[in-house]
Amino acid sequence: MKTTVSRRTVLAGIGAGAAATLAPRLALADKAAADDYLGKLTGGVAPKEGKVKLKLPQIAENGNTVQFTVVVDNPMTAENYVKAIHVVAEGNPSPGVASFHFTPTGKPEITMRMRLGKTQDVRAVAVLSDGSVWQGSQEVKVTIGGCGG
Amino acid sequence: MPTPRVKIPGTAAKGEVFEIKATIDHDMESGQRKNKEGKPIPRKIINKFVCTYAGKEVFSSDWHGAISANPYISFFLTATESGPIELKWVDDDGSVYSAGGSITVA
Repeated sequence: MKTTVSRRTVLAGIGAGAAATLAPRLALADKAAADDYLGKLTGGVAPKEGKVKLKLPQIAENGNTVQFTVVVDNPMTAENYVKAIHVVAEGNPSPGVASFHFTPTGKPEITMRMRLGKTQDVRAVAVLSDGSVWQGSQEVKVTIGGCGG
Repeated sequence: MPTPRVKIPGTAAKGEVFEIKATIDHDMESGQRKNKEGKPIPRKIINKFVCTYAGKEVFSSDWHGAISANPYISFFLTATESGPIELKWVDDDGSVYSAGGSITVA
């Protein structure tokens, strides 16, 4: 039996290998920057998954204006309320989008519009009055990036 | 001078949760863009938004370069008493833009 390995196959293999080793590291760097940024805002409390719901389009054709809503499943009473919501875009040149500071009034829900430079995960973190920290995230596929050139 | 537009209900029942919608025309220049010569355009955004209700600060927000031009925000308050609702936007250059209304709580 004769096995032929073409030059193209070899190069494709090397390329795929390089991409595989590089891609997770890049993704981690973005996520690490966002983690670092959020850690400073939340005093380093490890966030638990849950309570925080992000409403975002799955596909954003125009990254210049992507509407987002954050809803936290929590009351707004003097004893138990959402103190803050922080929103980060892990794949933007700088992770911070906005921070919202609440008092025990209304409901923990906000809507704004943001820029997204490329396809990425958007994460929202809620800090409750008891000191616990919760998070939720959603991926948004961006067709045309909104961070300028 | 950026013009704010706000939507505040004129009346509400005591204990009712009501929505405030606000927008202001502003480029929100992120600092990420470059001009034709390839030089970065300096950042100039509204970096803070504050809401006071009957003289008390009830909601505030810090904004970064990722907030879209002509920033729009919606949030909720509980109708506790009749009084003024004031919204304030703080620009990177120190300018403060404000708008508001008042609510009658029955």
